[in-house]
Amino acid sequence: MLTHDVIIVGAGLAGMRAALEVCDKYDTAIITKVYPTRSHSGAAQGGVAASLANSTDDSWELHMYDTVKGSDFLGDQDAIEMMVKDAPHAIIEMEHMGCVFSRTEDGRIAQREFGGHSRPRACYAADRTGHALLHALYEQVIKKADKIKIYSEWYILSLIVEDNVCKGVVTYDIKTGRLEVLRGKAVLFATGGYGRAFSITSNAFASTGDGIIAAYRAGIPLEDMEFVQFHPTGLYGQGILVSEAARGEGGYLVNGKGERFMEKYAKAKMELAPRDIVSRSVQTEVNEGRGINGKDYVYIDLRHLGREKILEKLPQIRQLGIDFIGVDCIEKPIPIQPTAHYSMGGIPADKDGQVIIDDKGTKITGFFAAGECACVSVHGANRLGTNSLLDALVFGRRTGKALMEFTGNAKLHDINKNQEISSVRGRIDTIMNTSGTESMNNIRNELKEIMMSSCGVFRNKEGLETCLKKVKELQGRFKKAKVTDRGKTFNSELIEAVELQHMLEYSEVIVVSAINREESRGSHARTDFPKRDDAKWLKHTLSYKKPDGGIELKYKSVTITKHQPEERKY
Amino acid sequence: MSKVIFSIRRFNPEKDSKPYYKDYEMNVPEGATVLDCLNLIKWTKDGTLTHRMSCRSAICGSCAVKVNGHPKLACKTQAAEEIINGRMKIEPLGNAKVLKDLVVDLEPFFSKFQKVKPWLVTEAAGSQQSAVNVKETRQSPEDFHRIDAASTCIMCASCVSDCNSWASNEKFFGPAVLAKAQRFVDDSRDKATLERVINLSEANGIWDCTHCGECVERCPAEVKPMDRIVSLRTTAIKMGIVNNNGARHVEGFVDSIRSSGRLNENIIPVKSMGIFNIPGLLSLIPVGIRMFLKGKNPPIIHKHIDEMDDVKRIFKRLKK
Ligand SMILES: Cc1cc2nc3c(=O)[nH]c(=O)nc-3n(C[C@H](O)[C@H](O)[C@H](O)COP(=O)(O)OP(=O)(O)OC[C@H]3O[C@@H](n4cnc5c(N)ncnc54)[C@H](O)[C@@H]3O)c2cc1C
Ligand code: FES
Repeated sequence: MLTHDVIIVGAGLAGMRAALEVCDKYDTAIITKVYPTRSHSGAAQGGVAASLANSTDDSWELHMYDTVKGSDFLGDQDAIEMMVKDAPHAIIEMEHMGCVFSRTEDGRIAQREFGGHSRPRACYAADRTGHALLHALYEQVIKKADKIKIYSEWYILSLIVEDNVCKGVVTYDIKTGRLEVLRGKAVLFATGGYGRAFSITSNAFASTGDGIIAAYRAGIPLEDMEFVQFHPTGLYGQGILVSEAARGEGGYLVNGKGERFMEKYAKAKMELAPRDIVSRSVQTEVNEGRGINGKDYVYIDLRHLGREKILEKLPQIRQLGIDFIGVDCIEKPIPIQPTAHYSMGGIPADKDGQVIIDDKGTKITGFFAAGECACVSVHGANRLGTNSLLDALVFGRRTGKALMEFTGNAKLHDINKNQEISSVRGRIDTIMNTSGTESMNNIRNELKEIMMSSCGVFRNKEGLETCLKKVKELQGRFKKAKVTDRGKTFNSELIEAVELQHMLEYSEVIVVSAINREESRGSHARTDFPKRDDAKWLKHTLSYKKPDGGIELKYKSVTITKHQPEERKY
Repeated sequence: MSKVIFSIRRFNPEKDSKPYYKDYEMNVPEGATVLDCLNLIKWTKDGTLTHRMSCRSAICGSCAVKVNGHPKLACKTQAAEEIINGRMKIEPLGNAKVLKDLVVDLEPFFSKFQKVKPWLVTEAAGSQQSAVNVKETRQSPEDFHRIDAASTCIMCASCVSDCNSWASNEKFFGPAVLAKAQRFVDDSRDKATLERVINLSEANGIWDCTHCGECVERCPAEVKPMDRIVSLRTTAIKMGIVNNNGARHVEGFVDSIRSSGRLNENIIPVKSMGIFNIPGLLSLIPVGIRMFLKGKNPPIIHKHIDEMDDVKRIFKRLKK
């Protein structure tokens, strides 16, 4: 058994930011299934929001209102206020740590427009913002190499919680296949999102919701899982992201008839309306036969921006188009379709990352969550672009401070190591020893297809119920699926099977929460309930795993401070 | 769709005493990347095939493998472009120990970064102090552009895979690490430039690069590591950090051309070692004797070329 004061799972922005806060005082470990710089934060392109007011007037109040409205009023306003007030400081701190930012002529951090934001407040590093932030944090983490122990390519399989007290985690060393218990006074999950359950997604192969499932299995509910953001501009057929920066810099969306169709849906904001609205608009064009050549995609056209601006501001996007679908956006429009992008839901946590399991504020002592795997909830029913890197930085930092405070008065708990290991070993053996006939690949593909088609941009009761049936069927078939690699060294086939199991489990939670929510709000668009229904549904969903494996839904209220719900127009 | 044979180097330390190649025949779907193909093989033909991947959008650096002999990011390489006579060869990265199949041990690579202190050194670094300093440090767009290229590095280790200096000297910092160093040396906000340049000028640093240019060729991002190394060398000489073999070598080179229009290969090694470096000079003697025995010694009497006026003009122009 290995022991550290603080165990952080995840080396994206949230995990590393938190580590830097506590490591000076407490022995800190970071566990990550990929090398830190491979974390999916690095894929973020467009920017990170803060009301620095470097190019126009701006204020935290405006940022707050935009975020609350963007969330379709489901965001908790106390947390949002905290985040937007902390934002300028969080960004300046990153700059001081060495993060490379694009600059204005007078040397300040450059800022650009982004969907749903009323001011240009996205700070950016060309179109590699996440990469710049991730590497800056990594640099600081290796500066503290004597204080932060990094376990790269270690995979957590279980969270140890007893009587609402968190004691540690069970991990699997991918290189050797060894199981190990890590005991800590506090555990922080910063394990990222869960977009891999959809056939068209911008997410990395690693975004399989491992953290949320470990928490869920340990008896912790998941909040607002029905809210999955679809980004309007995924590369056709691939889902790889064409950042909103492309529209922020002035790109047009064009349908098969050559029309800038956003005019019909968001006359004032056009292409820069929030993502849920733009995605629905794209999908509606396609559904009504106005895709390009009647197919299931439309174009994003950047040609009028000109070569120079594209090369200066959007170099990576241009390269992605060339490499992945052979389209150079300087010369041709890029075919795009909505892509599963961001997980608004996750592990319920308060403003300091403390995990809370009900509407009464009951805590899991010693268990924290931050970043995309957490639901604080600052994004409510729809996240605004550039607010999630911010979320990861601000709440990573706040949680780090909370960990400092908590760890000082906390103690290590006894863990029955053999029992923990053997229960995880049992789970692995079950997967390894099936001699069934099913193929993991088919199960995964079928899951992704049904989630995309029936639990995607538009949803309805009938489709969702078919989807639920299918997910359950697939869960059954998984039990007969075979892993052929029997080895211990780098058994990526086993890891993928475990990840598929996670996907099957959280997909069910998404679908069940979506069936129950009989309204349309933010990213959750029900064609059979097209209106937002504040009287009934202005509340967060909490899904609990029942002892029999089923799901129990409960709800908790939304914190409203400054802005009463109103109609959302752009 | 066309049938292609993927010849993949396999090695499982639990079973195999040495690596071997296994062929997989498969239709390549239109538009498929090399990573798509590896996944298709893994998911439909042979689950034991092992490779790394994550972002699949050329930004995380996980998926670098050798395709037909040279490193590529599998996720951003169109398979169709790599098919040669109906075949494609895929192997793990070079200059690294293979852990299994296409997965190599990256610990030596990652741990080397520490050697160049890859973090910004300022008075205000760290969150505690910065509470006082509530504004960003200004940096002009030009200064941003000086560090932009190196900061696109995704640490995929492709450059190291084909690096000739690394192959002959495992202690060499390597292209990625040196590019990272340039990113700080040229960062207008950094306060440790001199210390960095001194450190980089020591053995295994900027002067150990042989200028083969492989890293520029192989880098899938915009880093062009060798160009960064050249820029570091220029900075070192400008800052007067010349008391080392590498810088002396360059200076001796320039002196020789200036005075005779050709390389005086008798003098350059002496200048590189340093005239007062007695043990270093002694160490050259056996090399000299071996060269003499093999008939490879340069002429004892060094003559200048006929067009010395041209040489002088070039130096004058350069000085301007
Ligand atoms: C393509 C793309 C572009 C984006 N662009 C933007 C943008 O421009 N602006 C913006 O604000 N947001 C953007 N986002 C969203 C944003 O990048 C993410 O929400 C944010 O980076 C999440 O950070 P994180 O630290 O929570 O998690 P991640 O960076 O995803 O890190 C998760 C970490 O958890 C670890 N982990 C996961 N499971 C396990 C396990 N079982 N065992 C051990 N370790 C584990 C991983 O190894 C990893 O280190 C984008 C997202 C995508 C997909
Ligand atoms: S999978 Fe991330 S670079 Fe290829």
